[in-house]
Amino acid sequence: MVKRVRVRSLMPPGHVRAPAYLRGKTGVIERSLGAFGNPEQLAYGLPAEKKPLFRVRFTMAELWGDQAERPADTLDAEIYGHWLEEVPDHAP
Amino acid sequence: MGGDAAGPVPMEGHDFALWEKRVDALMVLCSSKGHFTVDGLRRALEDMGEDAFEKHSYYERWIAAVNQNLVEGGVYTLEELATRMDEIAARGATYGEAARG
Amino acid sequence: MPHDHHDHDHDHDHDHHHHGLSPSGHPYRQDDDAPLTYWQRMEIAVRELLIEKGVTTAAEIAGQIDLMDSRSPANGAAVVARAWTDPAFKSRLLDNAGDASREMGFDIGPLHLIAVENTADTHNLIVCTLCSCYPRNLLGLPPDWYKTRAYRSRAVREPRAVLTEFGLDLPDSTTIRVHDSTADMRYIVLPARPAGTEDLTEAELAELVTRDCMIGTGLPRTPQTGATAG
Repeated sequence: MVKRVRVRSLMPPGHVRAPAYLRGKTGVIERSLGAFGNPEQLAYGLPAEKKPLFRVRFTMAELWGDQAERPADTLDAEIYGHWLEEVPDHAP
Repeated sequence: MGGDAAGPVPMEGHDFALWEKRVDALMVLCSSKGHFTVDGLRRALEDMGEDAFEKHSYYERWIAAVNQNLVEGGVYTLEELATRMDEIAARGATYGEAARG
Repeated sequence: MPHDHHDHDHDHDHDHHHHGLSPSGHPYRQDDDAPLTYWQRMEIAVRELLIEKGVTTAAEIAGQIDLMDSRSPANGAAVVARAWTDPAFKSRLLDNAGDASREMGFDIGPLHLIAVENTADTHNLIVCTLCSCYPRNLLGLPPDWYKTRAYRSRAVREPRAVLTEFGLDLPDSTTIRVHDSTADMRYIVLPARPAGTEDLTEAELAELVTRDCMIGTGLPRTPQTGATAG
């Protein structure tokens, strides 16, 4: 089953590994990568909780709309689970 | 910066200078010994602001980030750094003279 | 130290600086004979303090530089050529590229590596928009263009325009998959084996594999052009 997710559109100051251009964008989980130390804690020298990391695939149409060179081309990025929210399949 | 407008990709390259290779080595060694994390370096690089990217070269930004993390980690103090940088300036006018090899 | 630069030995320097280009054809960045910069002073100070505090030694730093210098796209090329000739290895590479590279004897440290395969209708391109993540423990240090604002900004929005600048015009029937190394994984492209290479040995195949074709900004050489391509 394809799992659809949206990158949370929070914009805190400081070090976050979810790129700004992907925030608020919807994609599908391409694969699970396992758990890794939370960079938001590692970056400040703090003990880091392990967080699940996913490779999420977005279409260029989703990212850039009409500006996409070829809408069906894709972009994959690694996003931590706490930056993803599930999108129900029947969502508008 | 992903998705920002930008000009053509500049294709020219250069071979790394000795001081640049040393910055790279210090980054790898200190992080493998647990004095900072790669995330800590990235955070310091980002905190320099966008214009640091225009004003400074890659390894200039990286030595600044390495230093920032080592000071924060208490490996040495800013006073020790500043005193040493002053001494080094007096050794000679070129990298070779100042680095003593 | 193996990396000594001889600041007063100008004849020696000039022997190595033919026409201002290095053996790889790149201009040397000015170093010993240019005025000492603030950042160079910082590097010297940080290094000396780290040695005095017992964090590292001059020999360890020299050894790390040697290790990094020993890593080059040739390592990746050997991995790719093995995958082209050994289907079982290719399957292990696509399953876990880090372990497959270690299996070939490459010291890639704790690198988490994913290989993405180019096929008849799919082309992969690697970028890191957040910093300059690159499979450095396999391929060596990244080329300068990989770290530029232009490449990092544009590869995710207009990969086709970027590839055109690299001399690669892909047909509309090819799907481009861009991979942004945003966290803990590093990526290498497994290019498609060029046609007409059935008779080549694994070593000859490795000669066709360029650095850029493992980043996705190029294609492997073909046997016809292999002898002359830079």
